[in-house]
Amino acid sequence: MAVLDKVVLAHGSGGRLSRELVEQVFLKSFSNPALAPLEDAAEVKIPGATLAFTTDSYVVTPVEFPGADIGRVAVCGTVNDLAVKGARPLALSAGFILEEGFSGALLTRIAASMRRAAEEAGVKIVTGDTKVVERGKADGVFINTSGVGLIPKGRSLSSAFVKHGDVIIVSGGLADHGVAVMNARDRLGLQGGIKSDAAPLNGLTEAVLKVPGVRAMRDITRGGLATVLNEVSGACRLTAEVEENSVPVSAATRNACALLGLDPMYVANEGKIAVFTAAAAAPAALKAMRAHRYGRGAAIVGRMVKEKKPQVRLLTSIGGSRIMLMLEGEQLPRIC
Amino acid sequence: MKNSDRFSSPLWRDRALGAAAVAEMEKLAPRAAALTGGRVNFMEVCGTHTMAIAASGMRKLFPPQLKMLSGPGCPVCVTSQGDIDRVLALAELPGVIITTFGDMLKVKGSRGLDLHAMRERGADIRVVYSPLDAVELAAAEPARQVVFIGVGFETTAPVIAGAVARAKAAGLKNFSSTAFFKLVPPALELLLSDPENRIHGFMLPGHVSAIIGLEPYRFVAEKYKVPCVVTGFEPLDILTGVNMLLRQVVSGKALVEDEYFRVVRKAGNPAAQRLMAEVFTVSAASWRAIGTVPATGLEFSAAYAGFDAVKRFKIPYRDAPEPKGCLCGGILLGKALPPDCKLFGKVCTPSNAVGPCMVSSEGACAAWFKYGA
Repeated sequence: MAVLDKVVLAHGSGGRLSRELVEQVFLKSFSNPALAPLEDAAEVKIPGATLAFTTDSYVVTPVEFPGADIGRVAVCGTVNDLAVKGARPLALSAGFILEEGFSGALLTRIAASMRRAAEEAGVKIVTGDTKVVERGKADGVFINTSGVGLIPKGRSLSSAFVKHGDVIIVSGGLADHGVAVMNARDRLGLQGGIKSDAAPLNGLTEAVLKVPGVRAMRDITRGGLATVLNEVSGACRLTAEVEENSVPVSAATRNACALLGLDPMYVANEGKIAVFTAAAAAPAALKAMRAHRYGRGAAIVGRMVKEKKPQVRLLTSIGGSRIMLMLEGEQLPRIC
Repeated sequence: MKNSDRFSSPLWRDRALGAAAVAEMEKLAPRAAALTGGRVNFMEVCGTHTMAIAASGMRKLFPPQLKMLSGPGCPVCVTSQGDIDRVLALAELPGVIITTFGDMLKVKGSRGLDLHAMRERGADIRVVYSPLDAVELAAAEPARQVVFIGVGFETTAPVIAGAVARAKAAGLKNFSSTAFFKLVPPALELLLSDPENRIHGFMLPGHVSAIIGLEPYRFVAEKYKVPCVVTGFEPLDILTGVNMLLRQVVSGKALVEDEYFRVVRKAGNPAAQRLMAEVFTVSAASWRAIGTVPATGLEFSAAYAGFDAVKRFKIPYRDAPEPKGCLCGGILLGKALPPDCKLFGKVCTPSNAVGPCMVSSEGACAAWFKYGA
């Protein structure tokens, strides 16, 4: 495998290059069985219990945008990484890197937003850290959160457990978060009230896990649904077949993506999960999800099938089909 | 049907309507192919069509007699290596802010550097969504020179003309733009005048005709007897456009038809045409893989010559060779398909692109790589 030359922005895109960076640099150095599956959270066994442990850093610009802010996203992202492993969040940490001159009022708002998100998730931020760097050495505020959760006995979820014939359910409309942030960052003036979907999903995951037959859940963040499906397909060696017409995307977000030349399948979310469930359990899982406030837009979008060469395939609305690769590079707005 | 549905409605992606169009295509294609030597070659001139065809997985629906070739209509792809080098030379100027559409960031110059690499080396390069943002930036940063990288066809030229006119009206002395524009109708003439050309019909870009109308293509039908259909970008638009082309071939006609009549007016957009004519004038343009051809592009008119970035900063044009082994030239001319290139998918991928057809999100190679053959 090639040696990493220099870090480029696309290494942080959540797509193929991010994966390569992790494999070439971090897996090589840190290699251990808990890390190896590269799922949203690691399983750590202690006598009598299994813990889920995860960490994530947040560097979004602007720090406030319609529907959420960096603080809410920092809490929800980590809660969701725990939740999709079937864990109940126990405690969070929060580390702040602040740039000299950052507004105190804004920081206070961010902290309040983190508290509200944590309250909603039923978890407390129990430890933290603050560092201040000189002006120009950071961009306002960077936040890192870590989280630890308890995986109840008998629960075990992993992309590797997904089987032939399993159904893929998405919890609601995709791409709102990424489009809302881009709209705010670049002052695009897109109408339609597109808001970030950032939300703690541990309530939703608990609801769907009441249905037996759920094999895996994934948090659909950077790199979008396409990247999650490629990762799952790689882990279980099955083809993921998705019906384009079934993938929920709001009309406003779809139009915004069309205008900007973005593919909603690759745009980030902060409050959406993909659930992989046995076909027989799918109707009950869907019903359970739709009954929850963060799963009202849930929809069955496709299924997993055994094939010689596993791939991610999109059955297009017009009746054609094509592959869906992992995100290559960054998503760039097009010329015309 | 609501008015907005005319432009963006699930109906344009409807499976039953798509199946009906494909059924008609399956009847027409063999009849057309019988008249064209066994295979019908249509060219989608524009990169937006290339991408739409690939993204909708439509290639698998086409009958075997029909081949859709990608044409020279992707703004990044047709920009010559020499002009890319001029963009990079502008980025090297101290104190200059380069503003550009995102697509241009990753096109490599002949020294193997792209704007991304220039940014890592400290150049100030900013992606904008509209050239008007670049004009605003110039107004906000009077001590800096702001250069917009103007490339593209009749779709981008009027917007950039508008931005330049606004900069002039505001008396901005620190804004300029490149004018590496190409024109679609002369590009078709270039293809048609090639004796090896085997194109039996052109699918023409709807958004270009929204500006220029239908008239500029008349010579294609009359002089070269090749059918033309101005087509929209939704899947059903494209299937309908193909069928309209097939019907022309079957009936032995060559016309300029308009599938995208919900947007395109016969005379185009006169206000945009006036703006383009005021700010720009028809000139020679340097095309990738083709070379410099008279009267195929636009440059600044005398009244706006002061806004020409390459003149202001005295950046000369030098011919530069194509990347080694790269088939982009043949692909742009419809003579090769991306998988014909030895570099395709191996050495050349979107994150490490050799040629511009892989760089641009509208490029034929990027479309084939991303969505599969």
